[in-house]
Amino acid sequence: MIQHLADGILVGSILSLGAIGLTMVMHMLRFANFSHAELLSVGAYCALVFDGVFAGVHSGLAQAIGSLSLTWTLALSIIVSMAVTGFSAVAIDRLVFRRVRALGGELSMVFASFGVAMILRNILGLIFGLQAQLYSRDIVFAVMISSDPLLLIKPDQVFSLVAALVFMMILHLVLSRTTFGYALRAVAENPTLAQVSGISLQRMIILIWLIGGGLAAAAGIFYGLTNQINPVLGRDLVLPIFAATIVGGIGSIYGAVLGGFLVGIASNVALLILPSGYSPAVPFLIILAVLLVRPTGLFGEERP
Amino acid sequence: MIGVISYLVFFSTVAAILAIAVLGLNLQWGNTGLFNGGVVAFFGAGAYATLIFGGTPQEGQLGGFALPYPLALLGGMFVAGVMAWIVGILTLRLRHDYLAIATFGVAVAFENLMRNAEALAGGAQGLRGFERPLFDALGGGLAYNSLFLICVLVLLLAVYVFLERLIRSPFGRLLRAIREDETAARSLGKNPARIRLTSFITGSVIMGMSGGLYGTFYAFISPQDVLPILTFQIWAMLIVGGAGNNRGAVAGAFLIWGAWTASGWALSRFAPQEVQLYTGSVQFILIGFVIVGMLLWRPQGLFEEKLVVSQQGRTATKELQGDRR
Repeated sequence: MIQHLADGILVGSILSLGAIGLTMVMHMLRFANFSHAELLSVGAYCALVFDGVFAGVHSGLAQAIGSLSLTWTLALSIIVSMAVTGFSAVAIDRLVFRRVRALGGELSMVFASFGVAMILRNILGLIFGLQAQLYSRDIVFAVMISSDPLLLIKPDQVFSLVAALVFMMILHLVLSRTTFGYALRAVAENPTLAQVSGISLQRMIILIWLIGGGLAAAAGIFYGLTNQINPVLGRDLVLPIFAATIVGGIGSIYGAVLGGFLVGIASNVALLILPSGYSPAVPFLIILAVLLVRPTGLFGEERP
Repeated sequence: MIGVISYLVFFSTVAAILAIAVLGLNLQWGNTGLFNGGVVAFFGAGAYATLIFGGTPQEGQLGGFALPYPLALLGGMFVAGVMAWIVGILTLRLRHDYLAIATFGVAVAFENLMRNAEALAGGAQGLRGFERPLFDALGGGLAYNSLFLICVLVLLLAVYVFLERLIRSPFGRLLRAIREDETAARSLGKNPARIRLTSFITGSVIMGMSGGLYGTFYAFISPQDVLPILTFQIWAMLIVGGAGNNRGAVAGAFLIWGAWTASGWALSRFAPQEVQLYTGSVQFILIGFVIVGMLLWRPQGLFEEKLVVSQQGRTATKELQGDRR
């Protein structure tokens, strides 16, 4: 039980990071972006590449930090990958979504996002191969926190959770303390009024993709660090991330954070009752339950 | 020669079966504006249920009710409809993307359930023990396959005619009215949520029929047949053919299925040995580009939706234009 809870919190932090970007895009651009989870894969593979590049440039950095399997090069790669993935998200918006948006039809955007997801996922598969990869071949043993009830935690898991919380904290400070944060919230509340007040909608959309892509990259890397990296990572996480946004209420950033943790914990605890083969279906059950009880989610507002 | 004919019969049968599913999707997306992200779930429900109702008993498995074939197929369609009813009633009142997410979730959950529930659906090995109707009487082979193709084409035609009449009926006008402006439709005393639910269920029942025929054709269905890629293929068929146009939907089905099998054949024939593993990836990328490319450069599809203007309206517009002159 306690082990499932701990694993759930870790997975939850990854889902939260992914859901923050998704919920912002869904709120601002009004479409369910099925390609968002592919940004996690893009980020994870991006870090794999930069990790190799940095290790080649300065081999001294390719050493594990403390008892983690995380190396200095990978830590550096996290920052670089977040930037690269953020810019990729902006580029995808330029190439596809902005044009489809101009042609009209919110649901055409959903179609387009499915197409983009297919293209991204399979291009990653072509480049990096279909087999799973790891950042580090070193075996890091889990630390036994307590023996009864049994609780095993890997140092990498603790690092991922802390780093995810730090990123969320930074985002919170930016949103609640800076002019940019106010501008972003103003646009989310009322785009027309915000534009009248001199906020550029185009710039805000770019910033949302940057933030969403960056956080997605971090989520993908943490997932790769605690599990493994493979091209279908995005496909496996797309439904849990959607579940997190729906639980939190579409458009609510804090809701997405809470939703991510709830979905992560619920999916892991559900394994106590369900055979593990059914775990991919659990997010769907959560979505159904939310739609049945409270369709607007925890913090969502009614917007038909 | 006989080989070519056999292959053409085989190809046309699959394409025609998929065309039925595309017609169902066209009612939902093309005529009502409902986004179904889990076509394969309703298709699969039809296939599995048909085989369970019509199959012979297997050890350790539900089903094998050995019902007469038409009843089994109807049962498959019914199960697909019930699934659509559950999903629809939960999501159709909400903003559009909830339906997209929920239907996508249904497809994931359905595939997951079929893969794991061995007692219900045979698990990963799939569902066996179905005897194709009249197979023994005709002795199988080309004669049987040709007859099956004719039956599928008759059903395709029936669905086509049914949908053409439906969209020309007052109900069809209502669907388009809701798609274009829900508030206006509501102001006329119509209930958009109920109409949308009816359309969603009808479309899904048609997809269930397509799935039932697919299961019958192969006398076998497994989780490999209900992967999300089928949803994309069926969408690509509709988008290429032209959403809102039934003739386009059928043409799109044959076109995309032709392109899919041809590209698969070409890749397996000409691609070097070491990249054979990746032919699936290449095909998926191609279908992704087809979807995105059509949306960007020809969103109306190859065959545009013919907007029907009632006679009275047309003359009225002309008169108005005449007045202005």
